[in-house]
Amino acid sequence: MDLGPFLFLASLEGLVQAAVLSLSALGLCLVFGVLRVVNVAHGEFYMAGAVIAWAISHALPGQPLLGFLAALFLAPLLVGLAAFIADRAILRKINHNPEATIVATIGMLYVIQQSALIGFGPDARPMEPPFYFHVNFPWFGYSGYKLSVILMAAALLLFVWYVISRTRLGLFMRATQLDREMAQVSGIPVGWVYGLVFAAGAMLAALGAVLIAPIRQVHYLMGLDPLLMSFIVVIIGGLGSIRGALLAALVIGMCDGIVSMFFSPTLAKMISTLLVALVLILRPEGLFGQRKPL
Amino acid sequence: MSDNTDILADKDKRKSLRKLAGAAGIAMTAPFSPVLMGHALGSDRPIKVGMQLHRTGIGASYGRWYERTAVATVKLINEEGGINGRPVELVIEDDGTDPKRGAEAIEKFATWHKTDVAYGTLFSHVVIGSSPRAGELKLPYYVVSEGYHVASGSLNRYVFQPGITDVRSQMVSMAPWIAANLGKKVTMIFPDYAFGHDHRDYFSAAIAEQGGEVLEMIPIPPTESSFTRYFPKIPRQTEVLYHVLVGPGVLTFVKEMGQFFGTRDRPRIFGYIDSLEAVDFATPQLEFLQGTHFWEAFPRYAQPDQTQHDQYFRGQVGVDNNGASVNDPRDISTYSHMFGCWETLFIIKQAMEICGYSGPEDRQALIEATESLTEFPESRNHPQGGKTFNGKIHQCFGIQHISRVEDSRLNVVHTTSIEDGLYEPEADYTQMAL
Repeated sequence: MDLGPFLFLASLEGLVQAAVLSLSALGLCLVFGVLRVVNVAHGEFYMAGAVIAWAISHALPGQPLLGFLAALFLAPLLVGLAAFIADRAILRKINHNPEATIVATIGMLYVIQQSALIGFGPDARPMEPPFYFHVNFPWFGYSGYKLSVILMAAALLLFVWYVISRTRLGLFMRATQLDREMAQVSGIPVGWVYGLVFAAGAMLAALGAVLIAPIRQVHYLMGLDPLLMSFIVVIIGGLGSIRGALLAALVIGMCDGIVSMFFSPTLAKMISTLLVALVLILRPEGLFGQRKPL
Repeated sequence: MSDNTDILADKDKRKSLRKLAGAAGIAMTAPFSPVLMGHALGSDRPIKVGMQLHRTGIGASYGRWYERTAVATVKLINEEGGINGRPVELVIEDDGTDPKRGAEAIEKFATWHKTDVAYGTLFSHVVIGSSPRAGELKLPYYVVSEGYHVASGSLNRYVFQPGITDVRSQMVSMAPWIAANLGKKVTMIFPDYAFGHDHRDYFSAAIAEQGGEVLEMIPIPPTESSFTRYFPKIPRQTEVLYHVLVGPGVLTFVKEMGQFFGTRDRPRIFGYIDSLEAVDFATPQLEFLQGTHFWEAFPRYAQPDQTQHDQYFRGQVGVDNNGASVNDPRDISTYSHMFGCWETLFIIKQAMEICGYSGPEDRQALIEATESLTEFPESRNHPQGGKTFNGKIHQCFGIQHISRVEDSRLNVVHTTSIEDGLYEPEADYTQMAL
């Protein structure tokens, strides 16, 4: 294949990767930014979203579009509810202590993963895409659904931006992130904000998973890769910085897509991880993170 | 070989004498001690077969069918009187399709469950990870893996693959047909671990012998979930695209291959059925496979010339004529692999009967008895077809099929002979100490 089309296909693949990655990384970033919790179970919320999406679309056979839309709405909602309960029942009891929450979320990781193994089974199952539409470029064919994933993710990200910057809930979140105690004395129900943000983080991961499920398959181990990639993105972008996370997701996603195609996917992962190491050494607060006053 | 047989014969004689003496002693005391009698004959203690199963992890769909096949085989063996008059008990340990856990399962079989043999592993990295432990613990280990690692001599005397042909033999037997009917300029896509490396090494050698060449090799990690990025590496002048993949992403792999080629001209496609084991050919977006070819060890769809043994095997394991579960037409079997579990258990039984196996102290005799086997004629116990067995490399050789996709099913177009798949052995396990 010539260089031009090759680069074009690599960019498309990179954009799909970046689109889904930005959703899940944004979730991880929100949770860290507001709660200061490193959510190790983030990838499992992603997987749970895909499993629920599969179950919903499976329950509506012959209606892939309806099944997909129902999954896009219900799966994040259910995952968010579970995350909210997990926050109230576990993280709140340990006062969102940064060290203890790491251990607690590792526990959640195993509980969610093994529950999926018991309930959903060990097989990879395909989810039917909402439509079959094939784009035939002169050099290669491409799935129309994949292209639509990029648009859907962009729309969802716009919606998240709107909620954070233009709504009362967003204001509460930003206030809690800036200074928890000041937010509390100003009458913001910080406990609820914590629960809602933890749920929102999980919902974003689940949304990404619902978008990707018809492209790849649903499998109980599918959460590991997005967890790693989300961490890479969040660390490079700056822990807690939404702008940084989005930009890093785009860079890492595109870099992953292009390096994977020109060289090898393993090299792409190595470069991403090396980038993390470099950022940690040269600019520990990340590209857009704020340096903490000493 | 003849030396071994003589040793075996001597051992057999000794064993027979020992048994005779034991039986005489028991006969004298029997009226006084019925409990002791049962114990001495060992009839109350089952023969334990430790099955190392991919119940979870990337090999789970194979594991599900390996388990069903093994359970059906054990049931049949027990209905027919067990092995040496003793019932067979299957002890299952999940290895998570992980080499480290595989080695732990072997340890558990040897020290905790105290099984007589270990059996049933498929994924080659698990076999390679578990074999050293089986050798150290002197636990006979019968794998159903297909990889060349057993026959290559890189494992040890306790590891056998008597129920399924290895990849090298499959390559050697099919390369002439591929070169003559599909093309000689090949691009290979294979999983980037031991099993895939066997394909890489032995197919490229086999096609070179036919005057062909491999233009490009594209390895893919077996845990990969996105594949489009690999396809642009296929050179334009490729005549045959050879694909083999395993793991949870196989369906995505094949679908994305179809999307990539779209409606343009594409090379001819030859795949290993591994790329679609446990997957329905009638799945949407697989239509592009029409007219492509697949290797099959045992035809998934019952063919017009189906043997009575195939019919019987399907009935016992619960597989319909489309290769799906009789209880759920969407639950597709791993038909080209799981027969190996059936055949291997019957071979363990045969070897145990030859050496009069009575317990773990006879494990070495069991190794020698298995090595003494030479042939498994096509029969109910060997439904996939007749096989020869080379005791020096612990590997069997059988027939292979090449099938064509027609109307979402596979029809056999060529069957190789056992002789087509023979190669010069590179090892001799019988020279290793027991």
